[in-house]
Amino acid sequence: MKFSRLIFANLFRKKARLILTIGSFAIALFLFTFLAVVKGAFSRGTELAGADRLVVINRVGLIQTLPLSYDDKIRAISGVKFVTHNHWFGGVYQDEKNFFPQFAVDIENHRQVMTEFKVPDDQWSNFVKDQQGAVAGAGLAKRFGWKIGDRIPLKNALYGTTKTWEFNLDGIYHNDKPGGDESQFWLQWKYFDENVPAAVKSTAGWYVIKLDNPDDAARVGKAIDTLFANSSSETKTETESAFQANFAKQLGNIEFLILTIGSVVFFTLLLVTGNTMAISVRERTSELAVLKAIGFTDRSVLFFVLAESLVIALIGGVLGLGLAILAIPVVGATLNGLLPPLLLSVSVLSVGLGFALLVGAASGLLPGIGAMRLRVVNALRRV
Amino acid sequence: MIRVDGRSDSASLIKVRGLNKTYSRGGEQIQVLQGLNLDVDKGDFVAFMGPSGSGKTTLLNLLGGLDVPSAGSITVDGDEITHMSASKLTHWRARHVGFIFQMYNLIPVLTAFQNVELPLLLTKLSKSERRKHVETALGVVGLTDRMNHYPRQLSGGQEQRVTIARAIVSDPTFLLCDEPTGDLDRKSADEIMALIDELVGKYNKTILMVTHDSLVAARAHMTLHLDKGVLVEGGKSPQQVLAGGAA
Repeated sequence: MKFSRLIFANLFRKKARLILTIGSFAIALFLFTFLAVVKGAFSRGTELAGADRLVVINRVGLIQTLPLSYDDKIRAISGVKFVTHNHWFGGVYQDEKNFFPQFAVDIENHRQVMTEFKVPDDQWSNFVKDQQGAVAGAGLAKRFGWKIGDRIPLKNALYGTTKTWEFNLDGIYHNDKPGGDESQFWLQWKYFDENVPAAVKSTAGWYVIKLDNPDDAARVGKAIDTLFANSSSETKTETESAFQANFAKQLGNIEFLILTIGSVVFFTLLLVTGNTMAISVRERTSELAVLKAIGFTDRSVLFFVLAESLVIALIGGVLGLGLAILAIPVVGATLNGLLPPLLLSVSVLSVGLGFALLVGAASGLLPGIGAMRLRVVNALRRV
Repeated sequence: MIRVDGRSDSASLIKVRGLNKTYSRGGEQIQVLQGLNLDVDKGDFVAFMGPSGSGKTTLLNLLGGLDVPSAGSITVDGDEITHMSASKLTHWRARHVGFIFQMYNLIPVLTAFQNVELPLLLTKLSKSERRKHVETALGVVGLTDRMNHYPRQLSGGQEQRVTIARAIVSDPTFLLCDEPTGDLDRKSADEIMALIDELVGKYNKTILMVTHDSLVAARAHMTLHLDKGVLVEGGKSPQQVLAGGAA
């Protein structure tokens, strides 16, 4: 394009200012992308939750257990297709910082309810036969370099005296939903139940129910809670997505926090770049006037200013997104499973780039309009 | 032939009739130009002189289509420009007017070549055609060997030559010079005036120039004085001109 030389020449007029402005964009875009990825990680559980699943927990809270006897009673409610129960294990692998979720699972019903988790049949069969067996998510196995047949010791102090439980890795599961969780560790509930103190025996941490029809969710949920009302362990039943959302909220209103920080980043960037563009245009008043005098139209002057701010936004945006592409996997690995997996999707990158261009256009618009409305006679008189 | 009595019947290149320009400043109406007439033919070189605030630059701005008059008309090569829309006027300027400013007003981040090329970016010329035109213009002003220099690498006189090359590169109908030597030493001023003389004498360019320097003005075909908003030839009073005294 024949005007590109003029645009780029003006862009590189003050190199330090250009570098700082591009740097502002890059940092802001990196922060934006990182926040979007963290937000995505928290909301992914909700998005991927089965629409036809309910979660039943103790009304007091997730830390309180429910009697195992509820299993048959829940199963008897019309509309319930399968029921499975889990228990939090909470062991430590080598070091406390190596956190990952561990569940004692009901091997008879787990696969029917949690259908997104795929374990090869032969591996599942070995797991079922092996009382000390375990299944790990592919991501978890990769994280610690585990392979089938490995012996995995988990130190546990939650149930009686501190002791080390030994498990044989019989299987590795994959999640067939893109971005789905592959960080869990499963052991057999029966093995768990046999080795915990009497107070914990025959209990479930929570139940997961698969429905015949998702439309029955409200009715079945109400029926379950009504059934156990006024019992020693009242229940709270909600859809799996609501459960996931409430679980995430235990950490605070992440979404609000992220939106607030994101908005601050947006407006700060807008002010910084808007001010930079305004100064840049003001410095060139006489040059813009000359351009208009020799025949450049108001629109072309607006175009030059907008093009400059968009090029800055594009370069800064691409740098910021590149930084995010490099840094997010490293940050994710450093978090060691403390957060759900941090996934940088193409849609987040596209939104990020769109965000950068939007800020670029907005910051160049006012100075551009000012340049467009510049009266040549007045501007030349100022020289 | 240059006339200021408004009686020329010939098809002048530039024809100004009854030109008025009034500014409003602090609620007060200031009449800068009043009923001004002017006829300039192709190849004429006219200098405007007058005290500060007499309206010289205002007249130049009106002739160049940078400002609009309060009353009267300006016709250039058959086109009446006083009633053109702003956008039409912009296109007209690109085609018909070459500007030479006192402060050169080159784009500092562009080389001499790129500065001269600017007006051609508005045309449909190809890159190679543009190059040919720019090299020719720079050749006329004697700066072919400086075409890749930035303005900061040139002397004041050389910068003004680049401005002249930028003004002539698109072969406009006429050139407007606002104090072209005002920021130069005598030697550089003489060189620039020699160049302007050459543009008139050799290339038959029509030039209208504002200057404070009587030596510079002396090189024009005619010097007109702006006095009380009226153009006056040497030896006449504004009253005579307003009364329509014969030249």
